[in-house]
Order: sequence, then structure tokens, then C-alpha cells
Amino acid sequence: MTAMTGTVAAAGTVGASRTRMEGRAKVTGAARYAGEIPFADLAHGWLVASTIARGRVRSVESAPVLAMPGVLAVLHHQNAPRLEEFAGMLGPDPTIQILQNDRVPHVGWPVALVVAETSEQAREAADALVIRYDQEPHDIAFSAQHPGMYTPDDSPLLVTETGKGDIEAGLAASAVVVDEEYTTPEEHHNAMEPHAAMARWDSGRLEVVDSNQGPFAVAQDLAKMFSLDLASVRVRSEHVGGAFGSKGLTRPPVVLAVMAAIVTDRPVRVVLTRRQMFSVVGYRSPTAQRVRLGADTDGRLRAFDHQAASLTSTIHEFVESSAGIGRVMYDADAHHTSHRVVRLDVPTPSWMRAPGEAPGSFALESAIDELAHKCGMDPIALRARNEPAVGPVSGLPFSSRNVLGCFEEGARRFGWADRDPRPGAAREGRWLLGTGTAAATYPARVAPSTAAVTAEADGTFTVRITAVDLGTGARTALTQIAADALEVELDRIQVKIADSDFGQAMIAGGSMGTRSWALAITAAATELRAQLALPGDIPSDGITARSDTAEAIGALARQERHSFGAQFAEVAVDVTTGEVRVRRMLGIFAAGRVVNPLTARSQLIGGMTWGLSMALHEEAIRDQASGAHVNADLAGYHFASNADVPVIEVDWVDDPDTHDPTGIKGLGEIGIVGAAAAIANAVWHATGVRHRDLPIRPDRVLLAGSRGC
Amino acid sequence: MREFGYQRADDVPGAVALLAADPAARYLGGGTNLVDLMKTGVEKPALLIDVRELPLDRIEVTGSGGLRIGATVTNSDLAADPEVRRRYPALAQAVLAGASGQLRNMATVGGNLLQRTRCGYFADTTKPCNKREPGSGCPAIAGEHHNHAILGASAHCVATHPSDMGVALTAFDAVVTCETADGPAELPLAGFYLPVGDTPHLETALPPGALITGVTLPPAPVAATSRYRKVRERASYAFAIGSIAAALDVQDGVVRDVRLAFGAVASRPWRARAAERALTGGPATAEAFAAAADTELAAAEPLPHNGYKVALTRNLVVAMLTELTQEAVR
Ligand SMILES: Cc1cc2nc3c(=O)[nH]c(=O)nc-3n(C[C@H](O)[C@H](O)[C@H](O)COP(=O)(O)OP(=O)(O)OC[C@H]3O[C@@H](n4cnc5c(N)ncnc54)[C@H](O)[C@@H]3O)c2cc1C
Ligand code: SF4
Repeated sequence: MTAMTGTVAAAGTVGASRTRMEGRAKVTGAARYAGEIPFADLAHGWLVASTIARGRVRSVESAPVLAMPGVLAVLHHQNAPRLEEFAGMLGPDPTIQILQNDRVPHVGWPVALVVAETSEQAREAADALVIRYDQEPHDIAFSAQHPGMYTPDDSPLLVTETGKGDIEAGLAASAVVVDEEYTTPEEHHNAMEPHAAMARWDSGRLEVVDSNQGPFAVAQDLAKMFSLDLASVRVRSEHVGGAFGSKGLTRPPVVLAVMAAIVTDRPVRVVLTRRQMFSVVGYRSPTAQRVRLGADTDGRLRAFDHQAASLTSTIHEFVESSAGIGRVMYDADAHHTSHRVVRLDVPTPSWMRAPGEAPGSFALESAIDELAHKCGMDPIALRARNEPAVGPVSGLPFSSRNVLGCFEEGARRFGWADRDPRPGAAREGRWLLGTGTAAATYPARVAPSTAAVTAEADGTFTVRITAVDLGTGARTALTQIAADALEVELDRIQVKIADSDFGQAMIAGGSMGTRSWALAITAAATELRAQLALPGDIPSDGITARSDTAEAIGALARQERHSFGAQFAEVAVDVTTGEVRVRRMLGIFAAGRVVNPLTARSQLIGGMTWGLSMALHEEAIRDQASGAHVNADLAGYHFASNADVPVIEVDWVDDPDTHDPTGIKGLGEIGIVGAAAAIANAVWHATGVRHRDLPIRPDRVLLAGSRGC
Repeated sequence: MREFGYQRADDVPGAVALLAADPAARYLGGGTNLVDLMKTGVEKPALLIDVRELPLDRIEVTGSGGLRIGATVTNSDLAADPEVRRRYPALAQAVLAGASGQLRNMATVGGNLLQRTRCGYFADTTKPCNKREPGSGCPAIAGEHHNHAILGASAHCVATHPSDMGVALTAFDAVVTCETADGPAELPLAGFYLPVGDTPHLETALPPGALITGVTLPPAPVAATSRYRKVRERASYAFAIGSIAAALDVQDGVVRDVRLAFGAVASRPWRARAAERALTGGPATAEAFAAAADTELAAAEPLPHNGYKVALTRNLVVAMLTELTQEAVR
């Protein structure tokens, strides 16, 4: 058989709505997740987490527990396998150097693992395990004024500070000034599928099934930690039930499962409980953000200052990059953005959907709304007046920037022109009504990946890439991309993902997956088509072409590449009870090329729903005395229920990015950006009262009352 | 989760006998609260006596026009019952305002009355809590208490009772019936929950080992236009931060009869008797409603972070009674 390509009509599948390839398997239960795949002779590990916020483990009283039914082992800092300290994707990661010493840096820190025949036995033994501590005083009280606040160094994830011009002079010269502090609380991902990992030795290889966003990166980390050849580690993550950043890095469950497999020489699985997921898989730091804006009466910005404070743990520095958003959105002659962070006795925060942009946009887009009101301007007009021609900080051109197109289309559909700008003017029974808007942006990044595409002898094609489908529809999107690249029908393509044996690839994170993987698949497909164009038959093991996009990505022009959007919300507020109900939301996005409108819409609606949840509900509450949460379960940690979520309309405008071979920008995260601000701005419009602290809880609304026109 | 025995009771005396034989045993209703607490280690019964198959699943109209509700009637069935909806609409509304459809399908009347507080410290065995471990302290008072009690609490515990159903039952003078080893007994709901005092771990006046067999509602014509309203931190699937069950009989602008009970303010559903007294015979005006609420809430002792409940409850009284008055006029 010779080359098939070019002989069929172009599949034209990118841009067409497709249901998920694995949809049927998922709804029938055939798709198995890491916590439920059966293995012969499987043992179960149960994590024991510290109950103190700071101190040392004095003793682990394992003897009585080892005598309990089914218990195979109790691992702790004195007997657990030693781990190499290694540098992973982002350098050393002390959050997974667990059971290595007696130090306890926060409540919920892993102090032991009980391994037993059944998960129930392991749990019961873990509950019975007595751990004695030498407790030390702890500090978990976050505020921007904390004396321990410091300015972190730049890192691969963060440019700490940017600045040009004289802020104080700019503010002094401004006719209108906004200077306010905004806060957001500690927030958690708690994906539907809890973190779970199984590890076993299989013919001298370490075989791992883990719920994560990047099996290749996890395999690399495990190889380094346990001093193994990378080739003798295999990590698979065929189906993942949500991640949102919490599974972006190697997490304690997989490390513990490997340790236990080493010690017991059995397959061992470790699954986290909901409560444990509040402590060892990252979360969004609370933030305190000061925004200072100075403008002329016509709304033109003269001074822009965004100072963001967040917390990190005592063992690892993670900085929520909330002040980054203004480096893209708005320019001013005096422009300053900065981050500070404080080390407290709390778990290490991490990426959570739109890290930085989510809380940052709440503060900034609220402040912009305040500025518009002070200038007596429509908030969309004020944004239009401040559209930058080039990156405000970088000076680089935008690859494409259609934020105004989003506002224009959004305003038309939302009926923005009919809005009475006066706050507190609309009432319906006990409800005050208001509308609000906010801008959204998220970077469109890309990272090197490898892929292999095989032309099989039977005329089908197999794509292999260490991508992960977190439930987003990635597998389906990649099938569409491969079909187009090969110019064959969808049903002749099988995309195999989430197996570290397929080689290096970008993790499913940072809204970078689809673009990064598409580049690799397209490159391999192009190479394959060149090979297939040569005369000759396809041998029984097929013809495989491989790609590595490192060079191509290095050669991309330096530009400001971002997705943009405009968020709209209408709310009803009863200030006598504090209840806030969102009546409708609309999001219009400019997010490059949309591969699969069906799943893209789901991503954006999901993000906006999360933004609603962030605006009104989500808040992890810590008890100062113990340093522990008091609402670490899904009955106590409130997120939006179905009844809270109104009709959410999502669409996009044209946003061709001709400078990128794929034209894809990614839209996993932008949906949440600006959504909370749009709601907060609507609450202000309804009540005349500005809520600068999230969540906008009933008690806050009730006590703040209304200040109508 | 520790191992435990399970036994299904076939009849009421049998259930009581099973429990009498094993003081570490507990009755199991829908299990929606008990099993959760077993998972977190708060409850550690050695034996569960499943009472869901007992013949206590009926709702009957009493000779006097009240209702007798069996203890194992599910929350869903209770809310859907035509007699409940007709005679005590606030009760049906209260039940529907609680939990979720799935939970209401499992949860029983008996279990609902005996569900434990949602105080975050109570549910977490790594923390002190006088209710769970007498004498260990009450961290909520200096800690997180934004959804804790403003009425009837003590320096030993400031937890609230979470039931919505109980608030409506309290407004209508429900009587709890139970079966003990010594025979049947009755307890008015008004005296069912014990004052907190220095014994927050002792929650009810139910005799040891007693099985709740049902709840009786005396006839209350005023209840036919009653209503329940609940405020929570999201639109569904959350416990109340304030709630009210109210019934009002107004004639010629004068309050003839009124029933008021509050949820989420105390360790028990709170019957607002002082407010009822202040209102009865007086004018049905917003001013009078507010004044009556203030009378009831004068005893409130809010903590630093739950003071909003005073305003919230007051606003609920005024809004609800105003609404009921307007409807009576119509
Ligand atoms: C996520 C969640 C949200 C919820 N939200 C709400 C809400 O908004 N509003 C609300 O009111 N409730 C809410 N609930 C609580 C729910 O209403 C109660 O869990 C339920 O009513 C308890 O009934 P059950 O039959 O399942 O009790 P079980 O859990 O079976 O038992 C509870 C207690 O009652 C005892 N018991 C049960 N039956 C009898 C009997 N016949 N005689 C003597 N003792 C008995 C048991 O021994 C146990 O101590 C919620 C629960 C959950 C899990
Ligand atoms: S309020 Fe009551 S239940 Fe809560 S911690 Fe204090 S004693 Fe325990």
C-alpha cells in the first residue's frame, strides 16, 4: 500500500464539533481511573498526615498498628526509602521529599504511610496510629502587612517586579485616582477524581499508574528520586478526572506508592481522601492586592501600580503571580507591578486554574470599574481608551489582540447599551439588580514536545504522544488535528496518550497542551507524509515518523501572545439577607483557533462557573489556634451548586494568529479570568457598595447594605 | 473506619431490645449523618441497628386534624405528602430546603431530629471540642464561628442545630413519640433539646436507648398558610445561616395568631415565643414586626463574627410577616 494522503477530500475536522472519543467508555464505566484499575495482589497505602502545624515527630508508635489485621508495613521518616534530592521541572521540590526527616512544616504534612491488604484495614490502622510530636509555635496569619513579607527573586515562573516612570508623580498629576486593597481567600481545586497512584515492579521495571497532568515529567522525577534509569520507569495516566494544576507536578501519593512497593515488594495503591486533598496537592494562596490607578478625566491612565502579596510555605517558595495581568492589559507612562510573599506554617500553594490571572483580574478589573465610575465613563469605553499598541512592559507587538472585538460583540449580545449606569437604580421585589463587565486575558504559551505518528499496514494511523486528557477533550482535539495533518478521516486515526514510554511532551497545563502537542503531531505527520510519498509498501510494523519541536519553538518570533475575552454578568442582590444570585453570564473570547467548539465551550463555561464560585462561595478557612482547616470537605468548602449557576452563554470572535503554525492559543484557563470581577462589578452596580474582599458572602453583603442613587 | 456489626430490626420492641443489650449500639436511619461521622471517627458504634424497615413509615391525619408522622418516613416522602403540604406547608418547604434530593431520599424524620451539629471542630477528631470530648474546650469561640449560635449558647459550646425540618416542627408544637424498654413515651419538641449549659455533649431529653417512633403535630389552622424561608451561602445544598418558619392569622389589621421559629441561631430550633407574645393582639405592621423581632433578639449574644445573624433574623421576621400579611389581605 502506498501513501493515502492527498487522495481523500480534506477532512476539515479542526473547527468542527466532535463528541469525546472516550465518551462512551466514560459514561458506561469502562474507562478506569488510577484509583480503580484492578491489579493482582494489590496492597493499599493510607496516608497519615500531621495534626500539628509546626514541630518535629518525636515518635511513631507503629508496633500496635503492625499487629492489626492485614497491616503489612508502617513507613515513616526512620524507615522509609531514602530519596535523592533532585531538580525537577521547576527545580528542587521539597514538597515531595516526604518521610525523610522528622520536621513538620504544616498541618497535613505526610508523617507516615500505613500499608495493608485492604484499603479499609489500612484506613483503620492509620486512624489508630499514635504519633507523638514536639510542637513549636506556628504562624499562619496572612496579611499584606506581615513583617515577614519579602520580595522573591525572579524564577522561571515569575518576573517579580516591573517598572517604568514615576508612579507617585503620575498619581499626583492625575485628576482621578483609585487606590484600594482587594483580597481573595485560600482556594482549592479538589478535582472530582482524587489523587491516586499505583506502583509495582514489573520485570525489573517500575510501573506506575497515576493521576497526573504529565506522566513523562512524573517518570523523570521518580527516576531521579529513586535513582533509577529513566528507561526503567513507566508512568501512565490514561484517564484523569480533573486536575486544574493540582496534578501538574509529582505529588505525594505517587512517591508513597513507590516507596511502599519497594518495601513490600507488592503492587501498592495510595488514594487521597478529600480532606487530605486540602493539604498535600497545592492550592491557591490567599492574596492581598493594592491597586493604584491614576487617570485624566477622560479615563486615560497616567499611573498604574499593582502590588500583590501572597503566602508560601516554609519549605518551598511558590508565588501567586497576581500582578502580572497589568503587564498585558493596560499601559501608562508610570507603570509598576510587583509581588511579595511571606513564608508561613501552611502547605505549599501551587498552580490553580489561571494562577495569577484569576485573583489578579479580580483586583485589577474591579479597580478599572471603580476608575470608570469615578471618571463618569462607561467601563468598556474606559478600557477602549487604554488599549495598548504594544506590550506595556515588553514593548513587543501582539501576535493578535482582539479584546475590543470581544467587548463589542459581548455588549451587543448582553444589551449593554440599555444599561442605566447609576448604581442601585433597578429593583425587582426584594432584589436589587445590576450588571457588570470585566476583561480577561491569559498567556498563549508553548513548550517543546515530541510525538510519533505511524502509518499502519492496514491503512490506519497511530499517534503516540505523552499528552493527557484531564476530561477536557484533549484526546479528541488531537485526533482532529492529526486527521487534518494527515488529511484522512477521523476514524482512521488512533491517538494514544498519557504513557511516559512515548517520550517527552509538555504537561497538560498552562493552557499550553493543545498548542504544544498540535505542533508536535503536525510536524510528525508532515514528516510521515513525506516518507509515504516515496514509492514502496508499508511494512507490517508500519512506518513511523517522529518529531521534536524544541527547535521550531525556539525559532518562533518574540511576541506578546495571549488570549483575550470580555465577561458580562447580571446579578440580583437582597441586601436584607445578603443573598447574591447571578442571573446570567456571557463570555466572549478571542482565543485563536478553536479546534473543537463543543469541548472548547465546555472549558469556557467551566472556567466562568468557577469564576462565579470564586466570586460568591469559595473560601478555605483556617483556625489560627491549630493552623488547620475547619471546612476541609465538600460540605464545608462551598462552591457553586447547580442552582447557583445561571444560563452561561459563551462564544468567540475571530482571532487569527498568523504568526503561529497552529494558530491555537489555548482556552483552558481564560474562562475564569475576569469572571469574579464582572460579578463583583455587577454587585456594586446593584447595590452601590463595592465589595473588595472575596467571596462576596451573605454576611458581608448584609452588613454592607446598599447605597443606591 | 472501624469494623462494626449490622442488624436489621423487624419490630419496634425488637429494636429497643437490641439496643438495650448493647449500649455501644446505635440506631441507623438513612445513615446520612451517622455514617459520615463514623468515617471521620466521631462516632464509633460497635453495632448498627437498622430501623428503616420498621413499620413507622406512615403519615396519618389524627382525629383532631393534626398529623402523625412515622419516624422512618423519608424526608422526600414527608415533603411530598399532600396532607403535609396542605396543613403545614412550611414543613414541606423546610424539608425541601435541606440537603439534596439524594440525601432526602435516604434521610428519615427520626435521624433528622438527631443529626449532629455541623460545627467544623466537632467533625474533626484532631481538634478539641466539648461536645465530642467533654472538657477538651471549645475552639470555636476564639476561632471560626461565623455560622454559630447567637441565642442560648454557653461558654462551653456555641454550636447550632442544623435541621431545617426541626424549625418548622418547632413552630407547630410538635411532640416526639418514642419507645423505651419501659414502654412508650412522649416529649414535646419544645423540651426535646436540652439547654447547652456545661454539658453540650448531652443534646436531648430522650431516655437512654429510646427509639423515636414518630412526631405528632397538633391541629393548627394558622399553619395552613405557613411558610419557610432559608438563607444560605449558596442557592442549594448548604445549611442555613438563618431561617424562619412563620404562620400568621391577621384579621382587620390585627394579629390573631402567630407562630415563629428560627433556624441556625441556637443549639436547637428556636421558638420565638417572646416575639409571638409581643405580636399577638397588636397591629400587623412592619414596625410591630421589627419591634417583636427585637424583643426576641434582645437576648442575643453574638460573637465577633456572627453578629450579622441578629440583623439577618430580624430582617427575615419583617420580610416574612409582611409577606404573609399582604397575602392575608388579598
Ligand atoms: C451534605 C449534606 C447536606 C445536608 N444539608 C442539610 C440541610 O441543608 N438541612 C438539613 O436540615 N439537613 C441537612 N443535612 C442533614 C440531613 O438532613 C441529615 O443527615 C438527615 O436528616 C439524617 O437522617 P438519617 O435518617 O440519615 O439519620 P442517620 O444518619 O441514620 O442517624 C442520625 C442519628 O439519629 C439516630 N437515629 C436515627 N433514627 C432514629 C430513631 N428512629 N430513633 C432514635 N435514633 C435514631 C442515629 O442513631 C444517629 O445518631 C445534610 C446532610 C448532608 C450529608
Ligand atoms: S461550638 Fe460546640 S461543637 Fe463546636 S467546637 Fe465548640 S463545643 Fe465543639
